[in-house]
Amino acid sequence: MTATIPAFACPAPIGVTDRVVLGHGSGGKLSGALLRQHFLPHFQSSALRQLGDGAVVSAGVSQVVVSTDTFVVSPLEFPGGNIGTLAVNGTVNDLAMMGAHPYYLTAAFVIEEGLPLEVLDRIVASMAHAAHVAGVEIVTGDTKVVERGKGDGLFINTTGIGFADSEFRPMPSNVRPGDVVLLSGPIGLHGMTILSTREGLGFESDLASDTAALYPLVDAVKRATDGAVSALRDPTRGGLASALNEIAASSGVGVMIEEASLPIPAAVAGACEMLGLDPLYVANEGNFVAFVPEAYADAALAALQAHPLGANARRIGVAVAEHPSMVVMRTGFGATRIVDLLPGDQLPRIC
Amino acid sequence: MKYLSEYRDGTIGRAIADRIRATATKQWMIMELCGGQTHTIVRQGIDELLSGVVEMIHGPGCPVCVTPLEQIDRAVHLASRPDVILTSFGDMLRVPGSECDLLQVRARGGAIRVVYSPLDAVKMAIDNPDKQVVFFAVGFETTAPANAMAVWRAAQLDVSNFSMLVSHVTVPPAMLAILDAPDNHVQAFLAAGHVCTVMGWEEYEPIAAKYQVPIIVTGFEPVDILEGIWLAVQQLEAGEARVENQYVRSVRRDGNLPARKLVSKIFRVADRKWRGIGEIPGSGLAIREEFADFDAERRFALEDLATNEPAECRSGDVLRGRIKPNECPMFGTACVPDHPMGAPMVSSEGACAAYFNYGRTRIKGTAAPKGVKESV
Repeated sequence: MTATIPAFACPAPIGVTDRVVLGHGSGGKLSGALLRQHFLPHFQSSALRQLGDGAVVSAGVSQVVVSTDTFVVSPLEFPGGNIGTLAVNGTVNDLAMMGAHPYYLTAAFVIEEGLPLEVLDRIVASMAHAAHVAGVEIVTGDTKVVERGKGDGLFINTTGIGFADSEFRPMPSNVRPGDVVLLSGPIGLHGMTILSTREGLGFESDLASDTAALYPLVDAVKRATDGAVSALRDPTRGGLASALNEIAASSGVGVMIEEASLPIPAAVAGACEMLGLDPLYVANEGNFVAFVPEAYADAALAALQAHPLGANARRIGVAVAEHPSMVVMRTGFGATRIVDLLPGDQLPRIC
Repeated sequence: MKYLSEYRDGTIGRAIADRIRATATKQWMIMELCGGQTHTIVRQGIDELLSGVVEMIHGPGCPVCVTPLEQIDRAVHLASRPDVILTSFGDMLRVPGSECDLLQVRARGGAIRVVYSPLDAVKMAIDNPDKQVVFFAVGFETTAPANAMAVWRAAQLDVSNFSMLVSHVTVPPAMLAILDAPDNHVQAFLAAGHVCTVMGWEEYEPIAAKYQVPIIVTGFEPVDILEGIWLAVQQLEAGEARVENQYVRSVRRDGNLPARKLVSKIFRVADRKWRGIGEIPGSGLAIREEFADFDAERRFALEDLATNEPAECRSGDVLRGRIKPNECPMFGTACVPDHPMGAPMVSSEGACAAYFNYGRTRIKGTAAPKGVKESV
């Protein structure tokens, strides 16, 4: 018997795609390519071309920092937070990573027909609470409702406005060899919480997202170092590995980290082990990396550890002149390996 | 993590490496069979730690890597059908078929779901009675019991819209193919701990005796692997050739008997093609006649969909341990994880991906090979 085989509708060569694939949203190489090839050629702005977490623009005498982010997460509510807390903390953290004190937020909601109002109420109440904790005011907003099936319950966009101190402007391109890499808290909690609550995964854990507003911690580091912080980055999508790679690429320095120094909670390590994932690439929502000149490193670390959000802060590595633009990790066995950007999403492995 | 960090302890590991160095009187060639072991070796730099006394040859034990192009094309074909939901483990999605990979089929509207257990696919079939749910059953003996259980469960519950596209392979025939090759250099094997957890090691005993090769059943953590190598080197130095079990916390001589029984109830031994190697007689599993209703190849008449392997990709030589990944002319240039030419560059267990991701050829020279940084 002969099979009737419809033509494979795949004219594109392997690796090249004429459609958006999920990997374009992973924070890895495909995400970078999407930005460089499909957005930047059209939008001409010197502030945008810095590709920071936010943009610095002039408004009279002040330096205003603006950042925007759109939040899509399934499930909408999870241990430790919900899409609303993420939408507030995510954007204020982007401002904080630019060294800016966050003041105002806008919030736009794309709501899918059929979303229970009690869910919406819970999420909006959490947003109000998160905004209060972060010390920001939600000053304007928008709502749109789309037909059932055209959205995933709820999408939220927030835009944040903050003010920068001209003496304190951490930027990835400021990193110099010798800078010490500090990490403010344990990695992998947010991403593994989301994965563990997804339907069908079937394992139970006491994981909770680490979502938190980080400006108070940033401010503590700023004071402890007289503002001498080279760069800050919150390792959200793509995890710690991607954040360090972005900094290495923008500054042209190498980054050397010590595997033994990485704070990986046991529940994260266990879940990653089971699913065949690397915690270095798992998303975080409540920590950041700070590149600080060696002379200020101890003071900065002490300031982080003195704050409840930074109690588990530690020194994880150093910026080096060798292997420029590349992140390398020294393993527990003393060997070294490259920690590269992933091409797309991490794929759980077979056995 | 409790009971895991101990097996990743650098101090213990280096002490075992010192003992291996002190014992070896010459350089021995040892093949680790499992892709998970390859990753640990390259990631932790175990081969560098032992350079001069042991050369590790990376074996064919990555299930994704040895799945033939033909089966990927069959999966692509099934996933492209509007009436089918194709379910698979995550690794398989980015493996290039001859025209595209499963991720691209999904972007074009194909229904493809990643599952963590084949039983989830059976549940999906129950929940979607108007669709055909196909599970892409790939792997060695390790995944065979769970896959057999899915067929058994579907038969028990009379789930008529569930089937499996089977690409199961088994380890011992591949070892024989390696040992029988005229250019074989392998002097000892590290057998795959999880395969042996299911199967035990009885079937390795005649191989060790006939070919006079030590076979050490070995785990996957760095300390496991170093201990496995240490046991192998002691046998080699003493001129012995036995099966020995390093992975005592998981493996017994007769394996997991209920699992083995279930596997042989659902599957029969079959000839299988290995990607890059070709057909090895009796090297795989296929669904038995009694359960043929659950065989996707029959249900969708896929037997005639055949594909030849591309000539340029040297994954066959890599999988047989003839060349190291970085000795392939396409490694790091035409073939990178973003644009893989062969499965070993895709899978998290693939030898080529291990060499590339852990920068085996890049750190010392610092310069990336041409095309690497511009490859997106």
